[in-house]
This record gives sequence, C-alpha cells and structure tokens, in this order.
Amino acid sequence: MKRFAWLVPAVYIVFVLLPIYWLLNMSFKNTNEILGSFTLFPRNFTLENYRKIFTDPTWYGGYLNSLGYVAMNTVLSVSVALPAAYAFSRYRFLGDKHLFFWLLSNRMAPPAVFALPFFQLYSAIGLFDTRIAVALAHCLFNIPLAVWILEGFMSGVPKELDETAFVDGYPFWRFFVRIFIPTIAAGVGVTAFFCFMFSWVELLLAKTLTAVDAKPIAATMTRTASTSGYELGLLAAAGALTIIPGAFVIYFVRNYIAKGFALGRV
Amino acid sequence: MSTKIPNQKGWLLVLPVVVLVAFNAIIPLMTVINYSVQETFGENVFFFEGVKWFEAVLHSSRFHLALQRQLLFTGIILAIEVPLGVAIALAMPRRGPWVSICLVLVAMPLLIPWNVVGAMWNLLALPDIGLLGRSLNAIGINYNYTRQPFAAWATLIAMDVWHWTSLVVLLAYAGLSAIPDAYYQAAKIDGATSGAVFRYIQLPKMKRVLTIAVLLRFMDSFMIYTEPIVLTGGGPGNATTLLSIDLVKVALGQFDLGPAAAMSLIYFLIVLLLSWIFYTVMTKDEVQ
Repeated sequence: MKRFAWLVPAVYIVFVLLPIYWLLNMSFKNTNEILGSFTLFPRNFTLENYRKIFTDPTWYGGYLNSLGYVAMNTVLSVSVALPAAYAFSRYRFLGDKHLFFWLLSNRMAPPAVFALPFFQLYSAIGLFDTRIAVALAHCLFNIPLAVWILEGFMSGVPKELDETAFVDGYPFWRFFVRIFIPTIAAGVGVTAFFCFMFSWVELLLAKTLTAVDAKPIAATMTRTASTSGYELGLLAAAGALTIIPGAFVIYFVRNYIAKGFALGRV
Repeated sequence: MSTKIPNQKGWLLVLPVVVLVAFNAIIPLMTVINYSVQETFGENVFFFEGVKWFEAVLHSSRFHLALQRQLLFTGIILAIEVPLGVAIALAMPRRGPWVSICLVLVAMPLLIPWNVVGAMWNLLALPDIGLLGRSLNAIGINYNYTRQPFAAWATLIAMDVWHWTSLVVLLAYAGLSAIPDAYYQAAKIDGATSGAVFRYIQLPKMKRVLTIAVLLRFMDSFMIYTEPIVLTGGGPGNATTLLSIDLVKVALGQFDLGPAAAMSLIYFLIVLLLSWIFYTVMTKDEVQ
C-alpha cells in the first residue's frame, strides 16, 4: 500500500489543476469556438483576449489598482504588526489577553456585515474610490492575522536573545530593527505573503469602496461579465492573469509555506 | 505564559494596531448598531424603534432558512475537507525534490481571487460548454446547476472542496513535518502497525494544527459570499442563499437598513461566539 501512496496527492493535484486548465483553455479561444463547439484544446489558438487586456486601460488599470492597494496594505499591516506582536509575545500588560481576542474577533467578522457602513465611513472622510481606502479597509482582517502569525514566530525565539542584547546596552529600537527582525526574517516573509494573499483574493470590500478610479481587477471582471454580454474568452483570460501574482509570490516562500499556514505554531 | 515580563510599555507598541483596527471595526459597528434600532422613511429622518428589528429577524422564517442552509453547508464541507486533507497530507512526500513542487501546486487554489474561483467553476460546470457539465451530461447524468437545486449544491460543495482542502493539507502537513524521525524509528522497533502509528504518534502531533484548520474552515465558511454569488447567485430560487448572500440582498438590494443591521448583528454575534470557543480551545492548548 505504501508504494502507491504517491497516487493520493497526484490525483488531488490533477483535481486542483483541472479547473485551471479549463480556464486557460478557454482564454486562448475566440467567442465563436467557445460557444459553437466543445474542444479540449483551442483549435484556433488566439492571443486576442490577452491582447485586449493589455491594451485597454480599463482592464490593465484594474490590475494596477489591485496590485497598488495590495502592496500598500501589506507594507502597512506588517510594519504596524511587528511591534505589536513583539509586545504580545514578550510583555504582560493591562488587558493584553482581551485585546488579543478583540483583534482576532475582527479577523472573524464577516465582510458582508461591514460592507454598507464601510461605504458610508469612507465616503464621509473623502477617501471613497481611492486605493488608500481599500488598503486601509483590508487592515481590518490583515492586521489581526499578521499579529497572530508574527506572535507565533516570535514566541519561538528564545528570550535570552533579548536579554543579552539589553545587557550589552542596545537601545530597544536598535535591537528590534537590527537584531530581532532579521532573526525572524522567515516569519516576516510568510506574514507578508499572507497579507498579500488575503488582500489579493478579497472582493466584497474592495468592490464596495471603489467606483471608477480605483476599481480592482476582480470588480472589472464581474462588471464586464454582466454588461458586455457573453465574452467568456476575455473573462477567462482576465481570470488566468489573476493567478500569476499569487503563483509568483508563493514561489518565494515555498520553503516556509507549511509552517506559515500553521500560523508559526508548530 | 508565566515567563512574560509585566511591562505596560506593551501598550505603546500595540497602539498603532489598535488605532487602525478600531477605526475600521468600531465606527462601522456603531453605524450598524445605530441602524438596527431605528426606522427610516427616507430623507435622513430616523425614528427610534428599540428591538423591533431584532424580534422580526429572529422570528422570520427567511433568516431561519438561510441559517439552516449555512449550517448544512458548513457541516458538509467540514466532513469532507478535514478527513480528505489529512489523508492527502499523510501521503505527501516528506523530503526530496517533490516536496516544493507538491506544496506550490497544492497551495494554488488559495491564491486565486474568490470571484475568479466562482467564474472558473462557472465555466467548468456550464452544462453545454463546460468540461464538467458537458462530461456529466454525456455519460447520461442530467446535470444543470442553474436549474436543479441538488446540482447547484453539489457544484458549490465541489468548488469549496477544491478551494479550501489545500488549507487543511498544508496545516496537517506542517504538523506532520514537526514529528522527529526518532518517533517513527521507535515505533518501527516496537513493530507498530501503520494504524497505530497514526493513532498514537501522528494524530496527537496534528491535534493543534487540526484545531486551527477546523475552526478556520468553520468561520471562513460561515462568511462565504463571493464564490457562491458568482457561481449560482444564491439560486436556483433561494436554494443556495447562504447567510452572507441573504444579508447583502436585504441591505444593498432592498435597502432595508433596519432589518439588515439587526441581521448583521445577530450574524456577527454567532461568529463572535464561535471565535470565543476557538480562542478558548487555542489558549487551553498553549497552557498544556
């Protein structure tokens, strides 16, 4: 039985790749072929769908918007979560456990609950339809997650490291930036990856907070799908392109990803 | 836990986090609470209504049905994803060149935007031109997920299994990788069967990560919105209208702010209760 164990992940990976293959297959077909025939490989191979995306500003602009707010959110979330995670992992202070639970409860708040109030809040402060609005709104669930993962990684670092540095006369921030952060570099990488991932895949809030100027690619897709009829090839090409940034980022953290998914707690 | 130094400076370090999250959490939450106790006839005129909306929501069969569908959905996907994820993790290679390849491929679905996941399954399942829909109909199964509630449910569950089993696999795999080789050698010397190894070595070591997996899946499946709305739109009829979908229909579709806000709060309290249980289980593990 052991000899055939590899079949289990192999079959699962085939299952994982099947919808992705079908998406790619459709993205290289023209509308006539998609609607008129059923082919496992594109008969009239075309890059027309991709060409349209890369030349039409409403399409490639969507990608730039998405990448823009995702990058902003990742930098913001990780940089504020680092000191906070340190405090949670090293210090006991008034209300620390309650505060940690309150942070986590926001990770668990259904975005549907917040969609309408978010719209009103960000309209009121004049940030509606900007990338900053989406980057800030995604902090709601990304900061708690970042604090949580980083706290896991930091608790794995022996406290002797801190004590030795302070005995040697390092000021706190110098120790934190020069010694402590490099020590948990892998954890920071994994955290950034998770923030990127959850901001990249979220649509409900991103769509609610934008209209024209900062519209994310995912919203461009849903709106195009409903307004300009049945351009499935274009939709498939746009979808296929959204897989690339994730695949690119995942490659960099491939050695730490398992530990990261366990939130640093293995 | 006991080795932490009492130091109120901790508050200074967490302050930026508290400010940013509170801005996003407390102001919208207050807005929701505000709406939930008022009635409006438009033009920004509001009347205080007390708990009327809460009573209405708690007694409405619509909310009960959405909640039942939600519980059914969450139950089914947990029953499939957790055992399947553990089985795949057990069979994955532990070392060698295949490890990275497997991990990257398995993690792929987690990094695809949720509406693209919905669109992808939509294209796959279309009865006339999708690979899955066409194949099922070709082998004689009458399948049309836009018309048959059962087919819609099956497609929705297949999609969620595709999307999220990887999370369980990665968590379980992380737990398994943390088991030292000495444990397996000792088991081999004792002549333990693979069943005993699983029961007494692997399962206890995976307990913590599996707790995380079960509860993350539990909560995230309770919030699921984008994938079903793209795939089925909550249909056919209301067959796949889960809690989030129903809420957005009431809030943005009908603009019934009062009932929507009351429903939001009840919904949020359910999730909060679950996250409290989650947190208690987690910290109990940390003490041991």
